Amino acid sequence: MSLLPDDRRYAKSHEWALDNGDGTISVGITDHAQELLGDVVFVELPAVGRIVAAGGECALVESVKAASDIYSPISGEILAVNPVIAESPEVINQDPYGAGWLFRVRLVNPGEFQALMDGDTYLTGLD
Amino acid sequence: MNATLQHTSLIDEHRQAGARLVPFAGWEMPLHYGSQVAEHHAVRRHAGVFDVSHMAPLDVEGPEALPFLQRLLANDVGRLGESGKALYSGMLNDRGGVIDDLIVYGFGPQRYRLVVNAATADKDWDWMASRAQGFQVELQRRNDLAILAIQGPEARRLALPLLPVLGAEAAHLRVFHAVDAGDWLVGRTGYTGEDGLEVLLPAAEAPALWRRLLAAGVTPCGLGARDTLRLEAGLALYGHDLDEDHTPLESGLAWTVAWTPEERRFTGRAALEAQQVTGIPWQQVGVMLEGPGVMRDGALLYGEEDRGNPIGVVTSGGFSPTLNRSIALARLDSAVQVPAQVAVRGRCQPVRRVDPPFVRFGQVRVPL
Repeated sequence: MSLLPDDRRYAKSHEWALDNGDGTISVGITDHAQELLGDVVFVELPAVGRIVAAGGECALVESVKAASDIYSPISGEILAVNPVIAESPEVINQDPYGAGWLFRVRLVNPGEFQALMDGDTYLTGLD
Repeated sequence: MNATLQHTSLIDEHRQAGARLVPFAGWEMPLHYGSQVAEHHAVRRHAGVFDVSHMAPLDVEGPEALPFLQRLLANDVGRLGESGKALYSGMLNDRGGVIDDLIVYGFGPQRYRLVVNAATADKDWDWMASRAQGFQVELQRRNDLAILAIQGPEARRLALPLLPVLGAEAAHLRVFHAVDAGDWLVGRTGYTGEDGLEVLLPAAEAPALWRRLLAAGVTPCGLGARDTLRLEAGLALYGHDLDEDHTPLESGLAWTVAWTPEERRFTGRAALEAQQVTGIPWQQVGVMLEGPGVMRDGALLYGEEDRGNPIGVVTSGGFSPTLNRSIALARLDSAVQVPAQVAVRGRCQPVRRVDPPFVRFGQVRVPL
């Protein structure tokens, strides 16, 4: 298990959420999640403009092994989705915390972001 | 970690190569060594090596080995002749259902080596032992052997010089032929749709050969890539595309049933003959998903209009790295020509029927 980036927060369903400092949050899946899934081959991302609820299903990641629902860690409007993923879903395996981000949400309730776990707490929950 | 899982003689090599190990049919086996898609491409474009030592070799020898196997198997071992050759066959029950699919390597009418699936090895063994009553034949399980499958367009060129024995003889092997010496057997066989070799060898000697293959640039490949390669090649997997409740005629294996000579009464023959009269309810077909998503085992197939009545089921579904889309082998109502839709995660999506193989010798064989 590689060390978790400490600049972001984590959901128990294996998403990470990064505060971009401009009222938006980027969301992706953790290294642990991509490792469990194996090679990612398709991703279904939410439509830009859609309003998602914290903990609500909003994307689907299909790997060689299984399909896995992705839940938005916070509520808000989808502002952007990663354009690279449709053509190159393998970036999720290669760089889950960077180039493999999934979507960006406008933060409406900072309390939801604060309620997510820090890296150590997330890691402890994996055991 | 499950302490009851068995390990092949290559377990340390797998760990060294960074394998993700998973339980499979009672064994702890490599699923991949980082990326199963990269391993898949390595076999299609270059060369890969698989540890398939979980599969079970067993020897059938004796004065009546030939008539015993001619009774036991739906394909005719009599076709093997004197020299080293390989034959693929189903082993059927009295209802014509498939107990297992297997490879027989023959070295004359008194000496055969079978390789059966890991998950069915004990069942096969019991069945064969019970059927051997009355034949002058000796059965022996060969748990002392390891099996390496070296597959891909460059596999033979890279592997042959590394074999400590049989290298010269194996260089001249034609497809589905084999040579053996002592406990070594080299066959020009495989399960990937590419050229290559399968090598049976003493388990203790497998790690050295494995290391030499990796040093020569052969990619270590896990069971994940093995599954997508065989699916693209349209090859059946026991427990998915084949089972005891369906005959070879329903499962895409009609070509492995040897009807002649007519007096050869192999087990299951009467049931197959009866099915030919009453009708064969299922056919095996290949299907390709038109859009994104992945068909998984058990997904139901439907016709153009009637979404209430499934007309078939996916027996092996997955993602094809070569085609970059989902493909599947499916069991389709034999009265139906084409399925139109498949239910994937509760949604019907268009599919197209195609004739497997999807990919062979690195080339796409179906219209995209």
